[in-house]
Amino acid sequence: MPENDTTPAIQFQGVGKRFGDNVVLDGLDFSVAKGDRVTLIGPSGSGKTTILRLLMTLEEANDGLIYVDGDPYTHEMRGDKRVAIPEKRRSLVRRRVGMVFQQFNLFPNMTVLENIIEAPIHVLGKPKAEAIASAEALLDKVGLADKRDARTTQLSGGQQQRVAIARSLAMEPEILLLDEVTSSLDPELVADVLGVLRNIAETTDITMLIVTHEMQFAREVSNRVLMFDGGKIIEEAAPDTIFTSPTHERTKEFLRAIL
Amino acid sequence: MNDTQAWNWEHAAAVLPELLEGLQITILATVVGMVIASVLGLLVAIVRRSRLRVVTFPIGFLVEFIRSTPLLVQLVFANLLFTQFPSLAIGCVVLGVHYATYMSEVYRAGIDAVPKGQWEAAIALDLPRSRTWGAVVLPQAIRNTLPGLGNYAISMFKETPFLFAIAVVEMYTAAQQYGAETFRYMEAITMAGLLFLLVSYPTSLLVRRLENRLA
Repeated sequence: MPENDTTPAIQFQGVGKRFGDNVVLDGLDFSVAKGDRVTLIGPSGSGKTTILRLLMTLEEANDGLIYVDGDPYTHEMRGDKRVAIPEKRRSLVRRRVGMVFQQFNLFPNMTVLENIIEAPIHVLGKPKAEAIASAEALLDKVGLADKRDARTTQLSGGQQQRVAIARSLAMEPEILLLDEVTSSLDPELVADVLGVLRNIAETTDITMLIVTHEMQFAREVSNRVLMFDGGKIIEEAAPDTIFTSPTHERTKEFLRAIL
Repeated sequence: MNDTQAWNWEHAAAVLPELLEGLQITILATVVGMVIASVLGLLVAIVRRSRLRVVTFPIGFLVEFIRSTPLLVQLVFANLLFTQFPSLAIGCVVLGVHYATYMSEVYRAGIDAVPKGQWEAAIALDLPRSRTWGAVVLPQAIRNTLPGLGNYAISMFKETPFLFAIAVVEMYTAAQQYGAETFRYMEAITMAGLLFLLVSYPTSLLVRRLENRLA
């Protein structure tokens, strides 16, 4: 990758997503530069989570194209026809994207360490000793080195979420998707998880796409905020600007309601 | 010895060795049958999740067909059809296939009970299909199916007397034979019933304990 590479990490081109008659995204265009930390805000049902799920191929767009680091991801144009890209090629792009879920989604039949080394060994083909070594370093980073051999069900929600973060980082993603990662945590556990994420934001150059209701966190970590409503971006600005002097009426309403 | 009395302890004791020999066949048929039912049932459950109707339709039809016809008829039919195989082998396979159709439903419920988030996490980590099934979904699903497996094993154990129809000398057939030779059916059948109880009741207690531990 050249030093001043200007290819966006993520690019949406006219992306549309419908669930039955419900139009969630409608001709959405936006892009995220490498190393950007972008927070998506907006009322529920505005399409923010759908964007993350499209990027993880958990949903499939009905129209438009998605590029990751310039590579077509799920569909590409052949002539003027939009065709699906086969799973094998999607998988190579997907490997560069990681996701942390609201419900953690750790594998309960595995220990903490096994959760983290599963994909590095079986997807990236890392030798086991190497996978374990980097898993231990990651556990140290999220402050759970002593939980290495614990069952995930023995951990608190905050601890589980920190393991989930370590698990996604073990794949060395270029892009990290954070889907309301603190929304199902007890209030006193939120700070630990946000601390870990703040640390990752400061010490890595991973591109982050964040859906959250923690506005203080969004303000500290992200350098851009996109306000969504009805499947469209209605306002976009630096966090200091959007939180202190939003221009769009809907943004003002939304921020008033949640702050 | 008065042969007209309703219950004769000497006969009850005399029939035991033959019954115990039959019990071995009963247990063998149950174990082999359950192994077949467990493996085949799992395969059926996985294949039926396919989106290809050319695959799911014939399998679905076959499953319904087997479930809608009596085990006894299937045993006799298979025994007539495959005369080149020993009856015991046919009995084990028919029991196994019959119960596989029930086991597949147990597996299906177990697989459906694995939360959607588990599949999504596997996609997010780009795990291959085989790893998603083998390392994530099935270990959780099978845990859910263990009590069902135990219950069907007991149920199959109690249905092995149908093997009488294809002349496999399991415990019930042994009792019948003793009765035919001595005309002491009461002792033979009673003792066979007691032996069935002696095996299935403790097993069912074990299954219940397993159920409670997994719950």
